[in-house]
Parts: sequence; C-alpha cells; structure tokens
Amino acid sequence: MGNDTELDVVVIGSGPGGYVAALRASQLGLRTAIVEKCDTFGGTCLNVGCIPSKALLESSHRFAEIKNAGRHGIVVGDVRLDLPAMMGRKDKIVGGLTVGVAALLKANQVTTFRGDGSLRPSHEVAVNADGRTVELLKARHIVLATGSAPASLTSLPFDHELIVDSADALSFEAVPEKLVVVGGGAVGLELASVWARLGADVTVVELMDQLLPGCDSQISRLLGRIVSKQGIRILTGSSVESCERANDRGQVKVKTSDNSTVELTADKVLVAAGRHPYTSGLGLEQLGVATGAKSGCVAVDQGFMTNIEGVYAIGDVIGGPMLAHKAEAEAIAAIDIVAGKPGQVNYDAIASVVYTWPEVAVVGKTEDQLGQAQTQYDAGVFHFRANGRALAADSSEGFVKILAEKGTDRVLGVHMIGPSVSELIAEAVEVMEFGGTAEDIARTVHAHPTLSEVVQEAALAVDNRSIHSVPKKG
Amino acid sequence: MKEEIKVPSVGESITTGVIVTWLKQNGDSVQDGDILFELETDKAVLEIPSTGSGTLEILIDEGTEVSIGQTVAMLGHGNAAAKPSAAAEPEAAACEDQESDSQVLSPAVRRIVAEHNLDPSAIAGTGKGGRITKEDALRAAEQQKTSAQAAEEAAPAAPAAPAPAQSPPPAPTPAPPAAAPSGVAPKGRTGGQRRSERAPMSRIRRRTAERLVQATQSSAYLTTFNEIDMHKVVDIRTHYKAQFEKEHGIKIGFMSFFVKACCQALKEFACVNTEIDGTDIIYKYFYDIGVAVSIEEGLIVPNIRGADKLHFAEIEAMIASLAQRARDKRLLPDELTGGTFTITNGGIFGSLLSTPIPAFPQTAILGMHTIKKRPVAIDDKIVIRPMMYVALTYDHRVIDGRDAVGFLARIKEFIEQPDKLLLEM
Repeated sequence: MGNDTELDVVVIGSGPGGYVAALRASQLGLRTAIVEKCDTFGGTCLNVGCIPSKALLESSHRFAEIKNAGRHGIVVGDVRLDLPAMMGRKDKIVGGLTVGVAALLKANQVTTFRGDGSLRPSHEVAVNADGRTVELLKARHIVLATGSAPASLTSLPFDHELIVDSADALSFEAVPEKLVVVGGGAVGLELASVWARLGADVTVVELMDQLLPGCDSQISRLLGRIVSKQGIRILTGSSVESCERANDRGQVKVKTSDNSTVELTADKVLVAAGRHPYTSGLGLEQLGVATGAKSGCVAVDQGFMTNIEGVYAIGDVIGGPMLAHKAEAEAIAAIDIVAGKPGQVNYDAIASVVYTWPEVAVVGKTEDQLGQAQTQYDAGVFHFRANGRALAADSSEGFVKILAEKGTDRVLGVHMIGPSVSELIAEAVEVMEFGGTAEDIARTVHAHPTLSEVVQEAALAVDNRSIHSVPKKG
Repeated sequence: MKEEIKVPSVGESITTGVIVTWLKQNGDSVQDGDILFELETDKAVLEIPSTGSGTLEILIDEGTEVSIGQTVAMLGHGNAAAKPSAAAEPEAAACEDQESDSQVLSPAVRRIVAEHNLDPSAIAGTGKGGRITKEDALRAAEQQKTSAQAAEEAAPAAPAAPAPAQSPPPAPTPAPPAAAPSGVAPKGRTGGQRRSERAPMSRIRRRTAERLVQATQSSAYLTTFNEIDMHKVVDIRTHYKAQFEKEHGIKIGFMSFFVKACCQALKEFACVNTEIDGTDIIYKYFYDIGVAVSIEEGLIVPNIRGADKLHFAEIEAMIASLAQRARDKRLLPDELTGGTFTITNGGIFGSLLSTPIPAFPQTAILGMHTIKKRPVAIDDKIVIRPMMYVALTYDHRVIDGRDAVGFLARIKEFIEQPDKLLLEM
C-alpha cells in the first residue's frame, strides 16, 4: 500500500512528455514512478491524437488515391470502404504502441500506478482510484505532465454524440453524411481530410481570415485551394452562432465573413478550436501552484519548476506550442535539470507539421514575424512541380520557402507545403540548430531524384541562383 | 609530480586578462622560459613564459577570461595528461580534413575560405560549439581585405591617444582618397548589396572606448594650433643622417627633436605636465613622454621614462624599441602606465591637421602632422618651406589659453631654432 521508500521522481501523466520524463529519469539512475489515470499509457498522443490520426490519414489517403489509379495504368473494379477494418488497423497500431510504452517503463524499472494523481503538501502524490486514495507516494521531485484536453465552445458544448471532439472523431462508427468542423487549424483540417476522403460532405468553419492561423499566408492560401478541390468547403472569417438539434441531426447557423448567415445540416459537429491545459483534480489550488489566469497553464520558470520547490511541469500543461516533440524535449531538459545537469529547449527550432495532403511543415520565423521585428531577409522559393521525384510520385503540388537573414545568410525560417514535407523539415531544423546558412544547404549535395532537392533549390533561390528555375528578370 | 602554471602579475591595477593564444600545444615538452601563451589585458597583449620545464597540460581554453594568479596549465613530469575535450574534437576531424588541425567547416565556410585564401585556424568561431559560421568567415575575409588595403594605402589617421578623435581632413595629397574603412567597397564589387557586419570589439578597443568617453565627459578639451617651419631641423637631419646612424646605430628622426622640445617646454609650463585628481591638480616634475603607436588592435601609448635625461640617440632608440615591441606584443605593463605628456604623430599617415585627445589622466597632448612644402612669407618675400602644423589639445580646467598657446609657441621656437633647444634657452 503506502510506499515507505522515498522516490526521486514521480511523474503524473504518461503522454509523450510524461513517459519520456520517466524513462530519462531512470536512465540517469533516479528512482522513478509514473501515475496514469487511463487504462493505457501514452496520453493523448498515442491514444486519441497523433498516432490514431496518422493511421486514419494514411488509410483514408490510400482510399482516396485509388480513384487516381487509372493514371498509373491500374484498372480497379469495385472499391468499397470497410470502416470497421480501417478502425481496427488503427486500434491495433495504438494498442501496440501503448503496450510498447508499458514495456519500456517496466524495462527501465519505472514503477507504474493506475489512478488519478494529485499533489499533497510536502512532496507527496496521492494516487486516487475508485473514489479513494490507493497510494501515497513520497517524492523529492514531482513532474506534472498531465497534458491538455479539447476546448469546448460556449455555443457548442460537447455531448460526444452530435457535438464531438477530436477523440470522438477518430472513432466514428460510420462515415457521417454531413460533417461540420469548427476550427481550421491542424486538428480540424486533418480530421476534415480523413472524413472527406471517406465520403463525407465536409465544411470547415474557421474564425480567422486564413486556415492555419499564424502560418505563412501563402501556404495557408494554397492549402485552402487544394483542400477545396478535394471537396471540402472552407468558410474563413466565420463563426458558429448556434446549433439546434433536430432528429439526431444538427442545424448549424454560421455567420460568414460577409456578415451573412449560412445554415448547415450536420450529422456530426466536430469542435477542434484549440485545447486547454488539463489540471483538474491535481490539487494545484490547495498547494498554491501558480497557473495563468486566462490560460490555466501551469506557470514555470526557465528550469521548468513551478513556484513550489521540487514541483515541475512540462508539455501541453504549461502551454506554448502543444506538440508532442516539444513535450518530449521539455521532459528531457527538466529531468536533466533535476539531476543537476544543464537542460534547455531551443524553442526557435521546433517544427510544426500538418498532415493533410499535401502536408505542411514549418520551422522558425514567418515573413510576418520578421517584418514586425524589422529583420531584413531574403526569401528563396522552389516548387515541387519542377521536381522529378514529385512528378514521378504523382504528388507535385506545393513549394518550399527558405527565409535567410540578409548579410549573414543565416536561415531564420523554413516553410513547406508539399508531399512528405513532414520528413523534409528535419534538414531545415538541423541547419538552424547549427546556425547554418542558405548557402550551406545549397552547397550540400542532395540525392537525386529526391524531394529534398526542392529544399536545395529553394536555398539556391535565396541568392537567385536556383539552377532549375527560369532566371528572374531585372 | 605536477607543477602549476599560473597567470603572473602583469602590472598595477590589472586583475584579469584573456588568454588569446596558446603558443604551445597540449602535450608539448616545454622548458623554463619558453613562451606559453599570449595574455590580453586592458592595455596590451603580453607574452607569458613558463616558470618550469615539463610536459604541458593546458587547463584553460583560448578566449577564456582568467584572473591573476589563476592556474591555467600544469607541467607534468611523466606522460602527457589527458587532453581537455576541446582539443580532442579537432583531432577526430583532422584526419578527414585537409585544413590544419581545425574543425570540420560547413560548405559555405569552405567556399569563403577557398575564395579568400583564409586560414581557418585564425578565424574566431561564434557558432554552436565554437564552429565557424558563414558570418564569421565573411568577417574574416572583410578584415583581411581591410588590413590589406590599409597596408597598401594609408588608413585613416589615428593620432589621438587613446582613441582617434579626428576625422581626416580632405587632404589634397599625399593621403590616397578616403583610405578605405571597411564599409566602402570598390565600385562594382558588391553589385548593389547593402551588406553590413557585426564584429565584437577587441578588449583593448573596448577599454579604449570606455576611457575615451569617460575622459571627454569630465574634461574641457580645447585645441590650439600653430605651424612650424621645419627647414632647420630638416637640414640638420640631412646633414648628420649618415654620421648619426654610424655613431649611434639608429636613424635620427623628427620625434627626438619634439620629445626634447616638449621636455624643455614642460619645464617652463608646469601646468601642462599635470593630472587632475578630483579637485586637486597634481603637478609632475618628471618627464615620462608617451609616444602613440598604432597597432592592429588599436592605439597604444608606451612611455619614454625620464625623456629629459636621455639624449637624441637614446630617445630614437627607445621609440623604435617600444614601437617594435608594441607590434610584437612584448611590452612590459609598466611601460604603458604613468606617462605625464603624450606626443602623437598623424603625419605618418598623411594627416595635415587634427585635434587629438589627451591620454587620460594626462591633461594635454601634442599632435604632429605631415610636413608639406608650402609658400610662406618671410621678410615680405615668398619662399618655399617645409611646414608642419602642430596642435595642442589641452584640458581647460587646468591649462589656460594663454599657457597653452605659450607652450605651443615655445615648441615652435625650439624646432625652428634648434640652437635654443641646445642651449636650453
């Protein structure tokens, strides 16, 4: 029952932030325990986020692409969708990975506890299950890695039947005939893509003037055009005023950018308008752990420590870009700091990826941000349609844009939309981590024929030296 | 058994320095007295010798600030000690790289190094892990271009001590047109690019800049001018040149005349040989004359101690020795402190006229300039004479205009009538 021996580290939450923190702590020789309230490890990412969505995106992409098979000289007969099988594959992948995390934790001698973790005064974590405290853990260091949850809108409270969140949308039992997606960010667009490919009539309602707010505007515009061609209706500068239930369906009133009202029928309304940090039941208030007044994010200093000595927090729960790899990087930095080593995260070199097709991948500063900071820069752009590999792979829409500081030529931002840019962005991040320049990328030999040559040509274009472009006049 | 190598005391008020370059490698066998490293202080770069013999184990990297008395290396008397990790890195890369002992260079840096024939080991790296970035390489290329130009043409005059305070006037000749500061590129070279670079100030320059601002903010500097007919001194030089060199082993220049003239004039105008300390004026009755020397890192002013007691040959020898040792970075720290009056010569760079800044805490400075043949009126006739403008910048808080003008007039007198200098009249 109660643990007499004191632990060095207790991690609450086993998502990418939490389980990486636990594994790292164990690597450094610290006695570590992890508390998870769900039946499986892996948090949002593994169970109802990154992994299942990518599995469905892959499956739905193949389904949609089959109609292009004729281009390749492949004659396909009757094509049908077996949704349960598709979901089954996704579940299997998720199951495998969550079991994998459990195995890793065990192999690294991390003690695991199933239940809700909450903070008790003076370095204790209570594990609560079945309405009572089943364990009381003493720990020198506590790491909060409780992540985030989908944010609801006042006009659209979740009922998980008609008005659903992203987790629900990964497990629909049938393809909704009409789907309204509220929110044109990464999550909204990815799930819109999945169901549109599987046959749903999808409308995306986005509050801001562009999809993927904050993203390079050229990319947003191109993505909008492509996604529209894929059959998804986009309403930017629009918001949902109300949703009325009528016969299991919803009547959604949308105010559009020209101030008119559009009425949409929806079998499902997916609200993907952001996520809020998950802190309920942690006992933060009782302990006096400081959180952001508006955001609710746990406040931490540069060393990831909260205002309570020995209590740390990482990942989505402290805000910032809600990305799994950011959480993982913070996990390692925080544990290194706990172990007395230096630890930090380079937030300037964290990429964001959107898994629509074509994909979007960006890292560093946008042109808008550079303009606001009055930083002088040169931009180099190259399109995938001029790339042999992209043409051969039948996916050549998109471009790579590299922004380099004038004078030093240092790469400040790289923005991509195109096939597999989720992988191509890694080169850009690496170069930026080393303070590299566009010329460095340009002079590095990139294998041919690959999509990565687009990155090289964009780098050459920074200096107007792209080989495979028509020379600019003037 | 291991011996410690510590940073020795290098002069009054110096408590820290930066190890600029290790002149011996980790693992080298060194002898007592071998120069181990160069130490940059606020005033100069000094060579520090070993205090023993043995195998060198370097503990502190180049570019690190150290304190006087800090142990920076060990001398082993057995096998070479384990290398610090920084030394191990370049080793790994050396076998695959044709550059000497340097790190692996990025593609852009390789191109710049090749294009400009740079020495990568001489480029300061500001990138991750000390890597040389493209910016670093570009800067090095620019510096190389600038110093190459400065060597051929003449750099902007830098006669003031401790920092240049004048702008070169539009001299007709001999100074070549606007001796290139690094911002001015030859036409057509940059093709319209408006490039700029950022380079950290050297320690000496930073300290110079600080002192300069401090001095000018608290002082009331004015400059008075005069002109000197150099023909008599020129004649003396021409006449005795060969003989002087033969007898004393050193060429006779103009500086020795001016140093002597100054010593004499300072005796007559005690207020010009002073230092201000709070609300007190310290009058000095010894004559340590500073001679400004321009080196790569900036301007430094070594002093000729007791210049009034030295004769011409000794002064010339001292000046030559100080200048050479300044460039070789072998000045003793005491040679850079305690001067009472300074002479600076912008004339060697072609300056016709300027307003030097006194070397704090001195209260005055004499500026010599280029000698130019000009028509002058003597006894109502026009004759051509080799003329030099001289400038005396003085701190008006201590020195009145009358004394400043009088001092300068005396200098003029001594140079134009060297007999008076000889007879101390």
